[in-house]
Amino acid sequence: MFRHHDDVMRAAERVRNGKLSRRTFLAAAAAAGFGAPLAEALTRTAPAAAAAPMRQDPPKGGQVIVGLSQEPTVFNPLKSTLEVDRGVQYAIFDSLWRVDPTGNLMPNLATEVPTVENGGISADGLTYTFKIRDDAKFSDGTPLTSADVLFSHELIMNPDFVPGTRVGHDQITEISAPDPATITMTIKETYAPFLYTWADTYIVPKHLLEGVEDPNTNDFTSISPIGSGPYTLAERKAGEYLTLKANPAYHGPGPYLDTLIVKYVPDLTMLFTQFKTGEVDVTGIQGITADNVAEAETLEGKVINKGATAFVEFIYMNFGKPVFQDLAVRQALYAAMDKDNIIGKVYYGVHTPTQSYLADKSWAYNADLEPHAFDIEGAKKILDDAGWAPGADGIREKDGVKLSFSNSTTAGNKVREQAQQYLQQTWKEIGVDMQINNMPAAVIWGDYFNKSEYDSVMVGWNNPPDPDAISRFGSKYIPAKGGAGQNTCQYENPKVDELLEAGVKELDQAKRAEIYKEVQQVLRDDLAYLPIFQYVFVEGTKAGLTNYKQNAFVPSNMWNVFEWYWEAQ
Amino acid sequence: MTAYLFRRLAQSAVLLVLITAIAFGLMRLAPGGPEAVYTLSPTIRAEDIARIRASFGLDQPIPVQYVKWVGGVLRGDWGRSYRDSRPVLEVIGGRIPATLELAGTALVFAVVVGVAIGVLGAIRPHSAFDYLSTIGAMVALSVPTFWFGLMVIYVFAEKLHWIPSGGRETLGAPFSLADRLNHLVAPALVLGLVLVAGWSRYTRAAMLETVNQDYVRTARAKGIAERPVIWGHAFRNAVAPLVTLAGLQIPLLFGGALVTESVFTWPGMGRLFVDSLGYRDYPVMMGVLVATAILVLLGNLLADLLIVFVDPRIRLR
Repeated sequence: MFRHHDDVMRAAERVRNGKLSRRTFLAAAAAAGFGAPLAEALTRTAPAAAAAPMRQDPPKGGQVIVGLSQEPTVFNPLKSTLEVDRGVQYAIFDSLWRVDPTGNLMPNLATEVPTVENGGISADGLTYTFKIRDDAKFSDGTPLTSADVLFSHELIMNPDFVPGTRVGHDQITEISAPDPATITMTIKETYAPFLYTWADTYIVPKHLLEGVEDPNTNDFTSISPIGSGPYTLAERKAGEYLTLKANPAYHGPGPYLDTLIVKYVPDLTMLFTQFKTGEVDVTGIQGITADNVAEAETLEGKVINKGATAFVEFIYMNFGKPVFQDLAVRQALYAAMDKDNIIGKVYYGVHTPTQSYLADKSWAYNADLEPHAFDIEGAKKILDDAGWAPGADGIREKDGVKLSFSNSTTAGNKVREQAQQYLQQTWKEIGVDMQINNMPAAVIWGDYFNKSEYDSVMVGWNNPPDPDAISRFGSKYIPAKGGAGQNTCQYENPKVDELLEAGVKELDQAKRAEIYKEVQQVLRDDLAYLPIFQYVFVEGTKAGLTNYKQNAFVPSNMWNVFEWYWEAQ
Repeated sequence: MTAYLFRRLAQSAVLLVLITAIAFGLMRLAPGGPEAVYTLSPTIRAEDIARIRASFGLDQPIPVQYVKWVGGVLRGDWGRSYRDSRPVLEVIGGRIPATLELAGTALVFAVVVGVAIGVLGAIRPHSAFDYLSTIGAMVALSVPTFWFGLMVIYVFAEKLHWIPSGGRETLGAPFSLADRLNHLVAPALVLGLVLVAGWSRYTRAAMLETVNQDYVRTARAKGIAERPVIWGHAFRNAVAPLVTLAGLQIPLLFGGALVTESVFTWPGMGRLFVDSLGYRDYPVMMGVLVATAILVLLGNLLADLLIVFVDPRIRLR
């Protein structure tokens, strides 16, 4: 129950920070005489709130130790797109705008996000013009100007440079920086995800990287990166930790912490132990494993943040294998997937079932897809009707094709291996023989996956903030057939091609949403993949750490370290 | 002696070339590659993956890659790590202090305690102490280090808060010797315990052979005190096999202890190798392998040479 307006504001802040359930807050606020709409408005993470800290004067000082189960090693933000590296890159570098937890773009280095309405995007959607803020500086004191933005693009496209990806940048036909504050660029055809390309392009200093002998292996990459971000890399002990210090020249708001330490704790069980003993303050990225969540919630002085992510767990079936080409087979496999028990028992109920490739927070998410129902008898009937008859060994076959295939995932991921074994059991009941063939990460995600050598894989795949998926499901993007995408399941569907191609050409978000909703519908009906669940990341933070915000649109929740601070205890 | 040394070094060089060729071939022929970590990045495409492979030279035939690697090593260029693009020697060199710290402490602890237990057990064979130390050694050798390490952390770090649960130092705090020792004690003991067991068994066996020799009885008959008899007469003659054992364990000082380092998040060479293996960081893997191989060969040679000094009866030819 709240007595003062201040109490409500403070409580609203706790809701936003995940310390108080939203429902509890709304009930209490309504009881205290605050209308429901007002209370609603308070808990919504408004765009302005995401960009600015909650308090006018957050206390400064202190250090935060973030534990990660993988080691960040590449800090040149144009080279590595790995989530562990991104976390550190967010601290050292800035992009033109960021994606906030609602999926909206918030200006950072740019003074505003270009739109057709504000004149930043031309009416034909091909020319983008925007201004760079005049107070941004690299941590060595050099001002950051439009020349650095131009240079970052040129470095990505430099044939001698090996960037993380050129996607998006390869659309640009003309780019120029007419004055230090202005940048203008033209793309060859309408490309809707273009703003997200720049949201994930971090600006590197031209004065340090121009003309270096080898742009790939210089000290900037891993030893002395210089950016305009809230923190600077002070020390790196390989295999152990990184120390980042507050950058006093940061254009703000923030940073509030003196020191940010990123500690490498390779084992997730040890990471949880160190969180319990207070040796790490934040369990980053993979966070707390499902089997430890119940214990985590009983810990005193710790905040357990649960946030949906854009990671979706799938079964990918290789359409190059005859066994998966019959829709009836895919339908039967899906019907015989016991999602309730996989999520409820194997994953301790942490994750949420899904039917889509997209995260439910995406503006294009289709919530009306037909739900999944576990039905062994129904699955058998589908196969019977389609003519898949059990052979002498109980395994079904049709026209000489046996319902037998392997399933692979990363070896050593115990929980996922259990889910796989459980799937093997229920599929066996309908006369399907699935062999488990797990491999180390460096093997399965090498040629085996990229060149479509697998039968089926179980994989958790992160979605970029834009719903575009042409590279994953477009028939021109099959690497095994010479395509340059990541459609390794070799899915081909003219309807999907047509929709996905229309999707990137449409600039109106409402119209795009309709297109992608239809894409999800077609993929669901055709079962291009078997969606299992959407990951919920359970991440622990030490009580008092404020502004830790889980964000489904970025790969690492260190995306807003500039506004983290310790609330005085 | 010089001829012997020369012959041994020449043999070692041939062995080394063989080891590198086999290791290099096996590594590249094994499926998988360093591009795999990028495969599931949301925006990556096949062309990006091909570009990454080409930038590491992996698009070339394996023999060509090997010749390039050997050429580089002969010029002192061991290549750069795929993970953080630093020179391999720098990457490896950075791990030596932590590795030496842990393995060295464990080894010193093992030699001192293990030899003492072994000698005591040999002096009074079949005594209560001997039986207890034998059982203790068997338990220490058969308990999995991984489990034992986790138990130590659970009891002494999580429940009793006597020690930190891992790492080499308290992060963000100024250097303090006490803090370093506090972090070192648990992993060093866990790693040392297995070594203690080995050392005590070897010492006991070696001592049992000498302690009943005629010259030991003669020494006692001359009226020499018990302590000089044991250490001066019996132990000195038992030390030769122990020197060999020490020589064999020298590579541990460099190669690190994979399991202990993983459990205690110790940034040593063992973990570097595991991380590099997981990533398929071939240049670093080759670097660690070659350096370890050199140390194994040198350690053996050193042990053989030392034996001449501790046991004048032996002549090297």
